[in-house]
Amino acid sequence: MKLTRRSFVAGASAIALAAPATIGRAQDGKIKFVSILDQSGGLDIYGAPMVETTKMAIDDINAAGGLNGREVELILYDAQSNIQLYTQYATQAAAGDRADTVHAGITSASREAIRPTFARFNTLYFYNTQYEGGVCDFNNFNTGSTPAQTVAKVVPYVMNKWGKKVYIVAADYNYGQITAQWMQKFVKDNGGETLGVEFFPLDVTNFGPTIQKIQGAKPDLVISALVGGAHVSFYKQYAAAGMNKEIPIASTTFGVGNEQTLISPEEGEGLIAAYSYFEAVDNPVNKAFLERLTARLGPGRPTMNELSVRSYEGAMLWAEAVKAAGTADRAAVIEALRAPQSYTGPSGVVTIDPQTNHAVQNVYIAEVKNQKFEILESFSDQPPADTQLVCDLNANPNQNTFLFENGLEAAGIKL
Amino acid sequence: MGGSLRELRPTLVWALIGVIFTLFAPSVLQLFTIINLTTAIALAVLALSLALVWGYGGILCFGQVAFFGLGAYAYTIGAINFGGSTWAILVAVMVASAFAAALGYFIFYGRVSDVYLGVITLTVTLILYSLIRRTSGPEYKIGNALLGGFNGVSSPPLNAPWDARAILFPEQVFYVAMAALIILYVFVGWLVTTHFGRVCVAIRENETRAELLGYDTRLYKLGIFTIGAGVAAIGGVLFCNGVGRVTPDVFSLYNAALTIIWVIVGGRGTLIGPIGATFGLFYLTASLGGQSVFNNNLVLGIILILFVLLVPKGVAPTLIDWTRRRSRPAGRERRRRRARPEGGA
Amino acid sequence: MDQVAALVIQLAYGVANLALISLGLAIIFGMMRVINLAHGEFLMLGGYTVVVATNNGVNLWIAMLILAPLVVGVIGVVVERLLIRWLYGRMVDTLLATWGLSLLLIGIVTSIFGASTATTVSVPIGVIRIGEYSVSGYDLFLIGVTLGLLGAVYAVLKLTKLGLVARGTMQNAEMASALGVSTSRIYMITFGLGAAVTGLAGGLLAPVTGVLPTIGATYIAKAFITVISGGASILAGTAAGSVLLGLVNGIFSFLTGPTFGEVALLLAAIVLLRLMPRGITGRFFRKSL
Repeated sequence: MKLTRRSFVAGASAIALAAPATIGRAQDGKIKFVSILDQSGGLDIYGAPMVETTKMAIDDINAAGGLNGREVELILYDAQSNIQLYTQYATQAAAGDRADTVHAGITSASREAIRPTFARFNTLYFYNTQYEGGVCDFNNFNTGSTPAQTVAKVVPYVMNKWGKKVYIVAADYNYGQITAQWMQKFVKDNGGETLGVEFFPLDVTNFGPTIQKIQGAKPDLVISALVGGAHVSFYKQYAAAGMNKEIPIASTTFGVGNEQTLISPEEGEGLIAAYSYFEAVDNPVNKAFLERLTARLGPGRPTMNELSVRSYEGAMLWAEAVKAAGTADRAAVIEALRAPQSYTGPSGVVTIDPQTNHAVQNVYIAEVKNQKFEILESFSDQPPADTQLVCDLNANPNQNTFLFENGLEAAGIKL
Repeated sequence: MGGSLRELRPTLVWALIGVIFTLFAPSVLQLFTIINLTTAIALAVLALSLALVWGYGGILCFGQVAFFGLGAYAYTIGAINFGGSTWAILVAVMVASAFAAALGYFIFYGRVSDVYLGVITLTVTLILYSLIRRTSGPEYKIGNALLGGFNGVSSPPLNAPWDARAILFPEQVFYVAMAALIILYVFVGWLVTTHFGRVCVAIRENETRAELLGYDTRLYKLGIFTIGAGVAAIGGVLFCNGVGRVTPDVFSLYNAALTIIWVIVGGRGTLIGPIGATFGLFYLTASLGGQSVFNNNLVLGIILILFVLLVPKGVAPTLIDWTRRRSRPAGRERRRRRARPEGGA
Repeated sequence: MDQVAALVIQLAYGVANLALISLGLAIIFGMMRVINLAHGEFLMLGGYTVVVATNNGVNLWIAMLILAPLVVGVIGVVVERLLIRWLYGRMVDTLLATWGLSLLLIGIVTSIFGASTATTVSVPIGVIRIGEYSVSGYDLFLIGVTLGLLGAVYAVLKLTKLGLVARGTMQNAEMASALGVSTSRIYMITFGLGAAVTGLAGGLLAPVTGVLPTIGATYIAKAFITVISGGASILAGTAAGSVLLGLVNGIFSFLTGPTFGEVALLLAAIVLLRLMPRGITGRFFRKSL
């Protein structure tokens, strides 16, 4: 039998929804932009700034006269760091609000929970978060950076700078596991050696035993993919044991929760990270963006990082595509996005890669100096090479899968 | 054996209201509400199971979500491996009940009770939480099903019995969920009027006295604990159908505490109370997420605190007291001396 | 040899850490039979007090040792007067009330300070070298403070009139009341004291952990399990529970990694409660405090 779950459900719901869908998505009236992010609960250190920049993006679009003469209406849902609420709001956005696009999700768990809903109800979906790569979905645009963009750059950089022996610490979930695999691969590719890999549940706050193991292993550097509020303790305890002066740390996760401000200047000094955006990015668009943001939210505004800036740029990419397509209709907008659509935002030029529906983007390596990042090196137009290994939507558009669920085996990478 | 029909009457009235709601809801409510209601119904089944175990069995199980989550995981893994949901549901109920029986044996025959029992069940839940979150590598696989760690596993939808190709639409899953809730509600309502149920209530009121009367209290507690786990597992099956995915979050402290809160808010010693409270709090958290004026934690916290102070017994017992007082003000004193309403609702 | 010495300090720190985060909960639970689910948020408030105070130029030591317990102690008294005192004898209802309180406190702090607050607090004591290994001097300081705190609570309970009255109230509130003790006042003081100890713990941990409004959730389960495993007596229970669980956690974390360290801690608690259904002090040291 060839009747897959997806096609069956999609077909069935298309019949069930046919009538309301045509009424609901009428061409007059407002264009509906739904955002589902965690504004409360443990993930709010990521979600709260993303909500602010999303609001700013929609205000900017409307201030410039809307899209094709129509106003854009922003509907915000707070998923309260709860996967179950993500599914509920996704269903509500797609089947109830009849959103023209939904920008949602911070953790991969939330993305995987809601992606099928948007596929089922044919609702254009953006995921504007840095993640482990591997989503291959025609309906889903993943604009955040992936390991081949950041890890691939930062690992050789710090190995040249500090040495070849590496110790990896990472958060114990799929993002951390897969990122740690990429780290091991790039360490090996650059002629280095991984002395140890250790994973931490997200609520661990005592890192003493691990710090001792690191002291025993004597690596040249530590690479961290630790995530969330509790893991901030690692950097503090590492510094308390005097280690930050002996064995430096590089990271691909330090900074998206603005961790550099949660530890003291001495503790964070010299830590190196790689993202597609830092506040220190030097271009006029970024300068103007930050000025307008400060004017909007006051001097106490949150520090901008890849997640919050990409939320803004993701919304803008979509808006540009709606303008190019002349309609907010899903199929036309997807076609316009894959044309491919570009947008020059605070992080530089972001372009959709039609092979994967990911983004070609700039990558920056930066160092923490007095609770701020200073850029050391920039790389322009980095492709999502990891996802490109496994995904080709040009050849096979009818896809809706997360290919790295199994780790990197899907990409033929063995460690 | 079995309670008289008179005692079951309130239960059957509520069940009838449920049936009427089920029949008319899809034509009145929007599709997304119907789909999301499946999740609420699943949680209501979980609340029902704790209402039985705690409200009638007197067992303060802080880890009822353990059985709920095990049910959800067992169903998902089973359905992926069997390619259909029929056997998976049975497996889910059996896994959760067997686990509860083993844990219950460990607890009740070790004479652990009171708050210590609460802590053991909570600790078991947290162990499951830690372990299942650890399974994010490709090596953690049961048959064809990856466990997926923190990200969880996507759950295959229910299908018609024995026909794996007849996958149910979300609306149909709603009917199945409502049917399950109503049937389980009537079943539990009946169970507490049986001899078994009465002995359990007696043990709740005074364990020593029940023991001196010759009942093996350990066995009765084990029985009601295991049945409660089976009911919770069905809730788990419905839950992963409503959400479309099962993640380790089902075992989290937050959800463990939330289950207790539904029963406290609804009222211990009733069944319809916790079910109603679940729907109420579900609606509340869902609608809070749509506003961004106040922090959601702030609003929910204030509501819960005011609730404890103003409605100390829980909604259902308060309402029952209130209606009785209004209807027969003269007999107030006599009724006050009576224990909690037994077959009340 | 160096490694063994460093490991021993590390294990001792793990034990002290557990005792520190549990002691306030043990006081409130042991004396009043109130399960305080907002315990994690009291720790968080202690940490926030330190962060906010130091950001406004207050000396770190004053912020940690004086302001944190003072602020959280006052909050504890207010909470007891407004909320907890209506709920004595209704242990289960305190679960719901303190759960609500925990959400409320997170909500208030987030509304005032945002999802995260920048800090400049760093560990105030230098590094101690043991051959090739180094440990934080602050870890040793925390071990000392924990011992001192246990000693102080012991002294208050054992040597002062307040302690005597409080223990009397704990054993038989009605009798104490009949003898002219204002039990309501004792409860208020005890709850305030428990909150103050928790605030102090939160303040002391601020330099070595992240301080965020939602951080309380990472402590509550562990503190709760330690207290219950310890059993009814406040000091001996907390000490025994922390030693046992802290050692298990530390050793397994070192041998196998942090996940199984956590699981080993939880398993140890289960086995312990099965063997001693009333906690360690339900069987041993029964006469202790």
